[in-house]
Amino acid sequence: MATRQTAAAARTLVAPSVILLFLWMIVPLAMTIYFSLLNYNLLEPDAVRFIGIQNYLDFLSDPDFIGALINTLILVAAVLAITVIGGIFVALLMDQQIYGRNVVRVLVIAPFFVMPTVSALIWKNMLMNPVQGLFAWIARSLGLPAIDWFTNYPMLAVIIIVAWQWLPFASLILLTALQSLDEEQKEAATLDGAKAVSYFFYIVVPHIARAITVVVLIETIFLLNVFAEIRVTTNGGPSTTNIPFRIFELAVNANDVGASAAGGIVAVVLANIVAVFLVRMIGKNLEG
Amino acid sequence: MALKQSTSQRVTMSVIAWLVALLIFFPILWMFLTSFKTEADAYAIPPKFLFFHWTTDNYAEVQSRVDYVRHAINSIVLSVGANVAGLLLAIPAAWSMAFAPTKRTKDLLMWMLSTKMMPGAGVFMAIYFLYLRGHLLDSLWGVGFLLMIINLPIIVWMLYTYFKEIPVDILEAARMDGASLRNEIIYVLTPMAVPGIASTMLLSVILSWNEAFWTLNLTNVNAAPLTNMIASFSSPEGDFWALLSAASVLAIAPILIIGWFSQRQLVRGLTFGAVK
Amino acid sequence: MGSIELKNVRKDFGAISVINDVSFKVDDGEFTVFVGPSGCGKSTLLRLIAGLEDISSGQILIDGKDVSNVGPAQRGLSMVFQSYALYPHMTVRNNIAFALKMAKQPKKVIDEKVKKAAAILNLTDYLERRPRQLSGGQRQRVAIGRAIVREPAAFLFDEPLSNLDAALRVQMRLEIGDLHQNLKTTMIYVTHDQVEAMTMADKIVVLNKGAVAQIGSPLELYNKPNGLFVARFIGSPTMNIISGAPAAKRNAASIGIRPEHVEFSTTAGEWPCKVRLSEHLGADTFVYVEGAATGPLTVRLEGEAPVEPGQAVYVTPKENRLHRFDKDGRSLA
Repeated sequence: MATRQTAAAARTLVAPSVILLFLWMIVPLAMTIYFSLLNYNLLEPDAVRFIGIQNYLDFLSDPDFIGALINTLILVAAVLAITVIGGIFVALLMDQQIYGRNVVRVLVIAPFFVMPTVSALIWKNMLMNPVQGLFAWIARSLGLPAIDWFTNYPMLAVIIIVAWQWLPFASLILLTALQSLDEEQKEAATLDGAKAVSYFFYIVVPHIARAITVVVLIETIFLLNVFAEIRVTTNGGPSTTNIPFRIFELAVNANDVGASAAGGIVAVVLANIVAVFLVRMIGKNLEG
Repeated sequence: MALKQSTSQRVTMSVIAWLVALLIFFPILWMFLTSFKTEADAYAIPPKFLFFHWTTDNYAEVQSRVDYVRHAINSIVLSVGANVAGLLLAIPAAWSMAFAPTKRTKDLLMWMLSTKMMPGAGVFMAIYFLYLRGHLLDSLWGVGFLLMIINLPIIVWMLYTYFKEIPVDILEAARMDGASLRNEIIYVLTPMAVPGIASTMLLSVILSWNEAFWTLNLTNVNAAPLTNMIASFSSPEGDFWALLSAASVLAIAPILIIGWFSQRQLVRGLTFGAVK
Repeated sequence: MGSIELKNVRKDFGAISVINDVSFKVDDGEFTVFVGPSGCGKSTLLRLIAGLEDISSGQILIDGKDVSNVGPAQRGLSMVFQSYALYPHMTVRNNIAFALKMAKQPKKVIDEKVKKAAAILNLTDYLERRPRQLSGGQRQRVAIGRAIVREPAAFLFDEPLSNLDAALRVQMRLEIGDLHQNLKTTMIYVTHDQVEAMTMADKIVVLNKGAVAQIGSPLELYNKPNGLFVARFIGSPTMNIISGAPAAKRNAASIGIRPEHVEFSTTAGEWPCKVRLSEHLGADTFVYVEGAATGPLTVRLEGEAPVEPGQAVYVTPKENRLHRFDKDGRSLA
């Protein structure tokens, strides 16, 4: 479809984007790898020296790092579980013929568009505050003790906040998948006398399995990077520091360039594991 | 699972759905209500739901206490600027992939998308270092450039999908009519793709506006957008709930409205087409 | 002024040769039709001439100048696309004016030319409408108007009538024919419909699998096809091709006789047949018979003919209209 002329033009037109993205990937990555091999602290810039993989060894044996890794995984796994299961439930609800469907949709989608800093602070202060927060009041009204979320269950609190933000995303994606379930399939199932439960498990679930996979993969990419919610609520601490936060701490608080860089590479490796699956999935979709 | 339903089923479903929806939406609603309370009412136990002294004082205070206007302008400049710049890069790139594809095009597209998957934390140290040395910290250009780069793959991807829906023979007709490539893109492609471009921009502006990792870490005072303004409430200012609510409403309102219009784009853009 | 010549033109897509060593000349002012079955390469050939695709080897000359490396805009040709390819966001006026705008012509000149083109095509009342507000035929005319206004050396039509209903098609055929009479510009017209080809062309280029099968005037192709392919492609209903004994009797591997060139009798004739089906169209009757020696045959009778299925009939070819073919399918003199 293209001639030599259009092919040449095409290369010129796509070049700037490619070059910029390439630089964006390569330059920081190369620098990070380089830094990770150094003992470099911004507070003692003259004491820079090459120490090979020592940073990695330190980082990987650092109990703070192990803790950060565990926290990262807990956060991702928990939010995934809540949003996928909750998302299926919400999507099924929204797929029904309910009155005021459009308004319901608007209400359900809203949390995704709220800035993470706003979400975090609203939840922390107005809902979860153990004295004057709404939850505390509800608990006491029911005769239960008020939960001091951020003192006793900080990770759970963060999980709740992040899950609240991502539930709409999962719901929307799953709803889109549900709605693409052919009308004819539905009618055939009715003719076959399918009961609601078996209809769900034998027809609906396989159909949305692909969408669930997409939700899981994409959410994971973003969840590995949760930062603002932690920064603004607990600002660290052993129960809620995840890898991104640890990297930030090492860089900005401890000024330890080498260690922070090593952590960065670890984060990249983690993300790449997920990315491989995701890219393969997108690739299959681009064929079609 | 919309099998034939009776009216009573519909009513039951509707009630459940509305309950769930209101529960999900509640924190936003609560925030909205609190923004009109006095601080005393905001802290009141038992909490006051509707019957309190409604006041707009907090909104007035947002400007004087945390300088809303400066932060808002920064958010606008960053979101709009980064995305317009992104658009200027992305339109030619997407044209290239949609209308002059080669064997490499699919790989190229996937590579671009994969750059979006790179964690910010992974390169944080390097960027921070570069910006520190380059005096780019707390500058609109500095963080704006980053915002553009991290959204570029999504903009290119979405424009690509919209461009592919445009019949190529209309562009060929333009070529026969003597249009240079530049004219073809300006006079024919772009006007035809306006809906797609608008949708893409909506999503992209939302993502930039809400971006909190780079904005929190690379800006401080001058270039700080609304994410930072709100973050400042995590320290002493955080005890002013009514003020926080008002500030939050002002920070998120534009995006909530835009977001409602961009649901379909959300699916298209953020699932990279894996879900139709 | 509008002569186009192809010399050994070849177009490959990867390992597949879509156009294979095609050479011919279109003279200035001629109405030339490229015709052939789907996939024969006729549209590709048109696009190569237009410059929308590159040739892999060979030359394309317009008025003697080699344009193989020249872009579509500089070749001085206009194209009418099968889908019309109108600019949906522009009015009819701007659609037609676009090329002139690209050529940076002054506004007065543009307005004049648009007015003229619209007048020729009866579009004057529609100038301010958008394409989506027009009917198929009107869109067609806008596409033609857009082509006319550039005053090209030649017009290229890519199956322009295939999206129209039958009645409209006949009408537009006549209008295009009139246009050619008026403007006297070279026209190259691509179609898969051999009726369009026969009725509109000065010269027909029959293409088969990327190569030229035969070039000639409509009647030349009708009366003197150079092989089985052209013989069967031109003429409707298709020529009857018979192999076996009747062909051997005439010293040929196969013979061909058009449905309109046979004698039909219920009493005597060379080939005894049985009637399978007859179609009564009023002005013609088509009788489909099955002959023991010949296989299935189609016979065209004028007017109404009372023929019943199952009837025993006799078909005899008119020897002076009979075509003979060798074992490779080529015509024998």
